[in-house]
Amino acid sequence: MFEWFGRVSYAPHTKVAGFARHLKDGRLMASRCEQCGHVSFPPRADCPQCLSDQFAFDELSGVGTVLTYTKIDAAPAGFEELVPFVVGVVDLTETGRLLAWFGESIADEEIAIGMPVQVVPRIFEELEQIKVYYSLERPGTSWVKADSS
Amino acid sequence: MVGNTSNQAGSDLRVGVIGVGHGVFGRRSDASVQELAFEAYREALQDAGLEPDAIDASVIGAVPEYHKQRSVGGVVQEYLNLNPKPTWLTEVACASGSAAIRTAWMAIRSGLHQVVAVIGCQKMTELTTPEILALMGRVGDVQWESVFGTTFPGYYAMFAERHRHEFGTSEEQLALVAVKNHYYGARNDKALFRKEITVEKALASDPVASPLRVYDCCANADGAACVILAGADRIREIGAGDRTVWLDGLGCATASMSVLRRPHLTGLPSAEDAAQQAYAMAGITAGDIDVADVHDCFTIAEIMAYEDLGFCAKGEGGRFIAEKQSYVGGTTPVNIDGGLKAKGHPIGATGVSMAYEIIRQLRGECGERQVPDASVGLTHNVGGIGQYCFVNVFRRE
Ligand SMILES: [Zn+2]
Repeated sequence: MFEWFGRVSYAPHTKVAGFARHLKDGRLMASRCEQCGHVSFPPRADCPQCLSDQFAFDELSGVGTVLTYTKIDAAPAGFEELVPFVVGVVDLTETGRLLAWFGESIADEEIAIGMPVQVVPRIFEELEQIKVYYSLERPGTSWVKADSS
Repeated sequence: MVGNTSNQAGSDLRVGVIGVGHGVFGRRSDASVQELAFEAYREALQDAGLEPDAIDASVIGAVPEYHKQRSVGGVVQEYLNLNPKPTWLTEVACASGSAAIRTAWMAIRSGLHQVVAVIGCQKMTELTTPEILALMGRVGDVQWESVFGTTFPGYYAMFAERHRHEFGTSEEQLALVAVKNHYYGARNDKALFRKEITVEKALASDPVASPLRVYDCCANADGAACVILAGADRIREIGAGDRTVWLDGLGCATASMSVLRRPHLTGLPSAEDAAQQAYAMAGITAGDIDVADVHDCFTIAEIMAYEDLGFCAKGEGGRFIAEKQSYVGGTTPVNIDGGLKAKGHPIGATGVSMAYEIIRQLRGECGERQVPDASVGLTHNVGGIGQYCFVNVFRRE
């Protein structure tokens, strides 16, 4: 179900496809190698450290700080109606980095390098098929999580 | 002469460039990709004073996804009348041309071939705007980044924003890079843009991805360039020794596809690594470089290149251009051909075009753009957003 991830999906086939289901349930997941414990975000199926292909998903808090950002005026195919939009790279407190759009809780003028943000799992409500993503929001922003099964 | 250039029998293992050629870059609706390649190849053969049968093999630097013709090397090889000589294509995005030079060097150094023609060629204006916009959306990691609509300028914009945050690099300093490169491009008859611009004009241009504007970005173009490489023994036989420019230092390194896995976002780690390799192999330091062509796909890219190559200290790139240290007469003249910014960027041709300019600078053939007494030159050719970087050091004896 990785085709769920992203408004435009370029890479639907992956061994970490479960990431998209967790995101739909409101959970942001990293991968953890079951052999050596190496944690990665974005998640990856194969451990770069010990080469094991055994991994599990670990939930992240989604708390992070903005490392850099840009407001994009010239959009690629599939994103024309969204411009201008601001994307940021965030250093996650627990591990790794993530690239995402700023959400509605943060005004464009407020965006600054070093500001704290909360990564929030999102569903494109306006689209008919299931499409999920995450956005960068004001710290303390809450969202609904499905019961863990 | 550096240490690693002769074998035990004492024969000279150096590889040098004996001929260069370059077509006009631009929107070349008058020519196919193989016709563009021919322009550069003919000029290089004439420059070397060689007959076509002297060429043992060719290496083509090109990025296939821009051409309607599949496997572009085949049609180029045929049109250059080089069948049945061997050819192969190198592809590392915008650094494909430098990869071609590197593999030609390897082929000669290995003894497999003696004289190799390297042709960088790219026809980019065959694609429609929607096709270009679709390609533009897939320059980053398509699994984790492109799904948020990232673009080529968007990535360099994020480097620029971080560079401003850490070092205070201003939009005006970015614009000054464009002003310099248009200044020299106006004096290069192979360039796409041959007009000077002002800082005011650059700063007034439309936003693309903040803080980058239209004048911070290079333009797609069609074009080709060619360099002919040979081994020292063959060069002696041909009698081309006097004009030969030696390829004495080669560096090549990679960095993660994804910006999410880079150690920092204020430079290109692949460029830092490639530069150190090339300097060590040539037995020189950054201060020995008399003239350089660097990969200014965006103005911030040139500022980061000054730092990654050691022309100035980390964080000083903005000041370096503001003080005109990269003009002729400054510490290290950079992109005296106009760079990608003014010359245009036919991606497969760019690395070979850089070598063309540096070789002509070292041969003293650049007229009003000539850097006085240049004997050591450098090319810095980046693929993508720094996933690949090739740094080559050229020297004239
Ligand atoms: Zn492991």
